[in-house]
Amino acid sequence: MFQKTFNWLDERLGLNTIYNTVLDRKVPKVNWWFTLGSASLFLFLLQGITGIMLSVYYVPSPDHAYDSIQYIMTGVSFGWLIRGIHHWGASLMVLIVFIHMLRTYYFGAYKYPREFTWVTGVLLLLLTLGMGFTGYLLPWNQRAYWATTVGTSIAGTVPFIGNFINMVLRGGSDLSAVTLARFFSVHIWWFPALIAGLIGVHLYMVIRLGISSLPKEED
Amino acid sequence: MARSPHMSRQEFVSIVAAAAGTIMGAIIGIPAIGYLITPALQKISADAWIAAGSVANYPVGIPTLFNFNRTKVNGWEKTVNSYGVFIIPHEDGSILALSNKCTHLSCRVNWDPELSDYVCPCHNAHFGIDGQIISGPQPRPLDPYETKIEEGNLFIHFIGS
Repeated sequence: MFQKTFNWLDERLGLNTIYNTVLDRKVPKVNWWFTLGSASLFLFLLQGITGIMLSVYYVPSPDHAYDSIQYIMTGVSFGWLIRGIHHWGASLMVLIVFIHMLRTYYFGAYKYPREFTWVTGVLLLLLTLGMGFTGYLLPWNQRAYWATTVGTSIAGTVPFIGNFINMVLRGGSDLSAVTLARFFSVHIWWFPALIAGLIGVHLYMVIRLGISSLPKEED
Repeated sequence: MARSPHMSRQEFVSIVAAAAGTIMGAIIGIPAIGYLITPALQKISADAWIAAGSVANYPVGIPTLFNFNRTKVNGWEKTVNSYGVFIIPHEDGSILALSNKCTHLSCRVNWDPELSDYVCPCHNAHFGIDGQIISGPQPRPLDPYETKIEEGNLFIHFIGS
């Protein structure tokens, strides 16, 4: 029964072809350092799922943001667990993505023909940091408020257009409800959409070009 | 190779994989479902006895308005609602407490001492001193509250809405 259903679907969707191309592709002899990309992808999906769960109760408004998180932590079953995973997963994702970048650099995996994979990877790293920066404001506690005040002020030190950048980031001259709403929007829509799209491009190239082998003595 | 009377390696692996998958699914799924349905399982009990001060403050036979506030908590939101109760002590020592909320469309009724009626300003509903319908569009008499007296102090039984 299952085999029949699968065959019917496979004939139309080419599931076996996808499986063979994506998972059964030829790879050189690799080691544990080559698992960091998969770990990054897993963490992105984990952050996505826990983030969607948190959005059930979180309210991006200065009146309710802090209280809604208190409610998640103390009023909702397993809220502490889901927020905890999202909180620690965020730090872990920055760490893993960064080590993934270091591995690519030290193993020379960014070289021809994978330069463009490297470029999308750099964008993904920057977007991951952006997710960390925008997510940090959302609890709307003292630490979040002042971290964002300092962070946007640093952006404001850019010559000539710094003040303008600062105003755009904050949505005005001071941190306000507008800042919280736009950080929330960027955190849950803009950056995740960009990251998902870039991961698609990144993985397409990984599959198309294959992964580079470990550098040898003569390299 | 002769067929072994025991289960094959493939069967064993399938069973173990299914069992492990079920356990992992439960570990992930139960917290997720609990998280989503929590608000439906929480019962908010708003029942309380509201202290309305000394009975001596309320003149016999004259409805006196007593106001109080109740805070309702829904998740992260606190709503303060105010309620009004007419306290009418009777000659025999019993005390009637009537909500001032008109039973028609919930406007607040006022005591008119000249008519000896509660009059609703919205659609001119008239209630008698004990809350009974006199005239107007209201479907039922004014809602009474349960009362009790402890050491000369009046309490009103508030049933959460």
